[in-house]
Order: sequence, then structure tokens, then C-alpha cells
Amino acid sequence: MSEAAMTQSDIDVAIQLIGMHKWYGEFHVLKDINLTVERGEKIVVCGPSGSGKSTMIRCINRLEEHQQGQIIVDGIELTNDVKKIDEIRREVGMVFQHFNLFPHLTVLENCTLAPIWVRKTPKAEAEEIAMKFLERVKIPEQALKYPGQLSGGQQQRVAIARSLCMNPRIMLFDEPTSALDPEMISEVLDTMISLAEEGMTMICVTHEMGFAKTVADRVIFMDEGEIIEQAPPTEFFENPQSERTQLFLSQILHNG
Amino acid sequence: MAIVKTERHEDLPPPVSQTGVIGWMRENLFSSPLNALLTVVSLYVIWWAVSGIVSYAFINANFVGETREDCTGTGACWVFIKARFGQIMYGFYPVEERWRVDVGYVLAAIGLFFVLSDVVKDKKWSAIYMFVFVPVACYFLFYGGSFGLEVVETSQWGGLFLTLVLASVSIFVSLPLGIVLALGRRSSMPIVRMLCVGFIEFVRGVPLITVLFMASVMLPLFLPEGVNFDKLIRALVGMSLFSAAYMAEVVRGGLQAIPKGQMEAAKSLGLGYWQAMGLIILPQALKISIPSIVNTFIGLFKDTTLVLIIGLLDLLSIVKAGTTDKEWVGMATEGYVFVAAVFWVFCFGMSRYSIWLENKLHTGHKR
Ligand SMILES: Nc1ncnc2c1ncn2[C@@H]1O[C@H](COP(=O)(O)OP(=O)(O)OP(=O)(O)O)[C@@H](O)[C@H]1O
Ligand SMILES: [Mg+2]
Repeated sequence: MSEAAMTQSDIDVAIQLIGMHKWYGEFHVLKDINLTVERGEKIVVCGPSGSGKSTMIRCINRLEEHQQGQIIVDGIELTNDVKKIDEIRREVGMVFQHFNLFPHLTVLENCTLAPIWVRKTPKAEAEEIAMKFLERVKIPEQALKYPGQLSGGQQQRVAIARSLCMNPRIMLFDEPTSALDPEMISEVLDTMISLAEEGMTMICVTHEMGFAKTVADRVIFMDEGEIIEQAPPTEFFENPQSERTQLFLSQILHNG
Repeated sequence: MAIVKTERHEDLPPPVSQTGVIGWMRENLFSSPLNALLTVVSLYVIWWAVSGIVSYAFINANFVGETREDCTGTGACWVFIKARFGQIMYGFYPVEERWRVDVGYVLAAIGLFFVLSDVVKDKKWSAIYMFVFVPVACYFLFYGGSFGLEVVETSQWGGLFLTLVLASVSIFVSLPLGIVLALGRRSSMPIVRMLCVGFIEFVRGVPLITVLFMASVMLPLFLPEGVNFDKLIRALVGMSLFSAAYMAEVVRGGLQAIPKGQMEAAKSLGLGYWQAMGLIILPQALKISIPSIVNTFIGLFKDTTLVLIIGLLDLLSIVKAGTTDKEWVGMATEGYVFVAAVFWVFCFGMSRYSIWLENKLHTGHKR
């Protein structure tokens, strides 16, 4: 491969994990994780509780530190260099299971805080952008309320809008719907689907298999800190190769 | 067969829970024989206490006159307070210079009003005025030595003036210092953490009186020959460090109550440590700590009276000194009641303000 082709293909790669390991004290949480996510790709990660799904995606924006191997995001390798970490965090948005909105700020302030302080966007412009994204997640009328006054589904949509206001190139979702009542799940999933349709690079930890089938380019199954299987959704659901995957799928399909 | 409701129920006003004064009383004060008995006994105790205080402090008290001979009533002799009022307020601050203290009070009161109330929404200028201009201006006003103002040595400061100087300086120093110590105690840098833990635990393990003694007796031993701090400054340093240690623990409690997810969300948006602390974590941590912070302030305010033992003449000591005056023998009760009333007014004010602030900052239930 020529050098020009190398760099070209590197730019098309959004995230690369190479031989990544992580320990919590003595406990080996992540074992030899290898994963390449291309720009615009949508990946769904599933697996039993405690398998290390959250830990893996939290390593990507350095909420957790890995001890071995490489993580390269947007062509920048994650090391202890604080500047690079901040640079990556600006480009990578994250949505949490428990929303983690800032309860002392209004919805609008939640959305404008990071653009104003991190990107140095003028306040008026930041508010305009925030309103645009709040409209996209269909709650512009809640802009002046506090998070505590919103329903769970609305809060999670605010959290998505808050991330989008930083104009990220990659979005990480850690079980965004699992703290929600059933009737609110679809409003959040709809938001995520429309985001996917616009070509955002996404890694979603979720057990919403319907979402995986419609949106994912690839489904990744993790167990005991390892990536056991990865495949396009049709193949993954219809013809799982590993026994552990089969067991897992039979369990969640029974319950779901 | 299915039962279907076709009409919508209209919105009604909430039911009226109070059925008049009589209804309220019957429900809350006389609902059972025991309740009725307790109500009657309590009312009697309240009446007994209030009427005693009112007749001592007002009805049978003497307000006019110059000497103790003018006190003919059976109640309090407020003439004593009146006669020594200047000293009680300003200590031995020269009479013709006392306007400087008053100007300082006015400057500080204006600042407090703008910082504490919510008349002005953007607090930047109020804060700069209150925390930069007022302290500097007060220093030049109170101590003097420039702008043609005569120097008034701190040994002449006293009374309520000295108490307020002690309290406000220690409050203004201890809160930021306490926040820094609390952050240091939670820092991931071992040396910083050890220093902070060591300081906090050392200071908390020692009575304030000891700290004051150490500051006034031992500190000079450590300082090089010839360097001599003012006695007031030593007391201020001692009190500020002492209350900073307490403040640090209060703030740490608040910091611990903030879920980890808040810091993670802030980081994931690209905010740095100080931005996340200043914009996300501390505002919330301080808000939930308001009751404890104000509690510490109130304790600190009352602890200023301990400077009596290192020979500073604060409100309490100057009143105490006054009661030993031959001309006013037997005025101790009036003196101490007055001191108590002054302290109560300030502490109650702080307490009410904290309640108002808590309500103002309340932004709906947390999930
Ligand atoms: N801070 C920590 N210290 C020690 N062990 C941890 C820590 N965080 C997570 N673990 C452990 O690491 C393992 C993986 O955790 P992780 O949260 O990544 O699992 P998960 O796949 O996201 O599970 P779930 O579906 O329940 O969210 C678990 O066994 C968990 O107990
Ligand atoms: Mg998880």
C-alpha cells in the first residue's frame, strides 16, 4: 500500500482500539480489545451485565484509563497528555444512562455551557445553536426549565442536545434508554435514529435489539471483558456463531 | 360490556383545607385531651417568659438619665449601656475619628446588599466591589496612615467594631481557603492531599483558645528577631485558619454528595478540571452546604469573643470591663443581656438569609 493510501484510509477511521487491556486493581476488566470504527459507522455493543461494555466506551473519551495497548480517536492517540485528552473530548460526545444533566442550570444553560467555556462561542450564538438542537430533539419549549422539572425521556433528549451543541464527530451512548419508562424509550430512540441517518459516527451500548436491527452497521457482543463476536445485525441475530452469543440472545429475546 | 367515560372532567380548584381559625385550632391545638393540655401548658409557659422579659427589658426599665442614680425602676438599667455606648461600639477608637468606621460600615452594607440580594442579576461588579474595593478601602479607613488620615493603632480598636472586623475577615478568608483545602483533600496528588489532611486534622484537633494562644505567644518565637506582627493580625490569622479547617470539612461533605456523573458529564463535554469544579461541582456542592456553612459562620461569629483571653477588647470584653467600673457596680446583667441581644440579631440575620438563599436556589427535585 502506498503512503498516500495509508493516510487516506487513516482519516476514514474514526476510532481504533489496538490490543487494549484494562485492569481495576487486580481485576482484568478488558482483555485484548481490538476494534476499528470507520467514520459514519454505527456500532451497537451488547453483552451481559458486568461484561465491560461501559468500561470500554468510557476508555474512548478517557473517563477511564487503559493500561496497555493503543486507543486512537480521530487520528490522535490517547496518552496522559491532558491537552490531547481535552481535544478528543471536544470531538466526542457522550450520553449517559442517568442523563447527568446539570441540575442547577436551565436546559438552555446546560446546552450552552460547554460551547461558551470550551469553544469560546459568543453567548448569543451559543443560545441560537442550542435552540436549534433543542428543536431537533423536539423540546424547544422546555428551554427555560430546570432538568428536575422534566420527564426522564425529555431529560435524555436534553442530554443528547447538550452533546450535539459541541458539534462532535463521534457520539458514545451508554445505555441511554435503560433508565427510562417504556413509553419514553421510543422518543429517545427516534432521536438517535435521526442522528444515525445524518451520518454521525456512533457507538451505542444498548439492549434495544430493534434499534440495533434498524440502525447498526455492526453489532458487537462482549462477555467477560472480551469482544466475542462482531457481525452485521442480520447475521448477528439470525446466525450467531459463538455459544455465548446464542445463550445471550435467547435470554434477551425471551425477556424482551 | 365495556364502560367508557365520554366526558372530560373539568379542572377544579384544590379543596380548601382551612375551615377558618376555629377549625384550624380545633384540628391542631385541641384535637385530643392530651393535645389540649399541652397547648394550655405551653401557652402558660410562653406567657410567663414573655411577660417577664417585657417587664424587665421595657416596662420597668430605665432609659433616661446619665448615672446609675437615675435608675429607679425594678427592671433593667439601660442607662448603663447608653452611657458607655460609644465605647461599646468603637472601643478606644478616638471619638473624632469614629466617622471612619461608620463610612466603612456604609461601604460594606452597600456591597452586602448588592452581593446578597438579587436586585442585580450580573454579580460580577458587585463581587469586585465587595471583595476587592471594600476590604482595601476599609483597611485605609480603619487603620489610616495615608490620604491624610491619622493612624489609629489596632490596640485602640474595640467593641462591636472589633468583633465585626474579626468576624468578617475570618469569614471572607475561611470560605475560599476552606474550599481550596477541601479540593486539596480530594486531590489525586498525594503530597497536596497529605498537606491538606494534615493541616485540617491538626487544626480540628486543637481548641480555638489554644490556637489563639499559639498565635499570640508561640508565633513570635518562630518569627525572625525584629519581625513583630500586630496582635490583631495574629488573632485574625489564628481564627481564619481555624475556621478554614472546619469550612473545609463542610465543603468536603457537599462535594461528596455530588454524584460522580456530574464530573464525568463535564469532562465528556471537554471542560477542564477547574472549569468543571467552578461551573458544575462547586455551585452545587456549596448550595447543599449552605446550612452547614452558615452554621459554621454563626459559630465563628460567636467564637470571636474568645479573643478576650489574648487581651483584645471585643464587644464582650469591653462590656465586661465596663461592669467592673466603680460607678456602675451591679450592671453585669444589663451588660450581658445587651451583648447577647446584639449577637442574637446578627446570628438570626445570617440564619434567615441562609433560608431565603436556599429557597431561591431551589431548582426542582433531583432525580
Ligand atoms: N470503578 C471500578 N472499580 C472496580 N471495578 C469496577 C469499576 N467499575 C466497574 N467495575 C467492574 O468492571 C466490570 C465491568 O463493568 P462495566 O460497568 O463496564 O460493565 P457493563 O458491561 O457496562 O455492565 P452493565 O450492563 O451492568 O452496565 C464489572 O464487573 C464491574 O464490577
Ligand atoms: Mg454499563
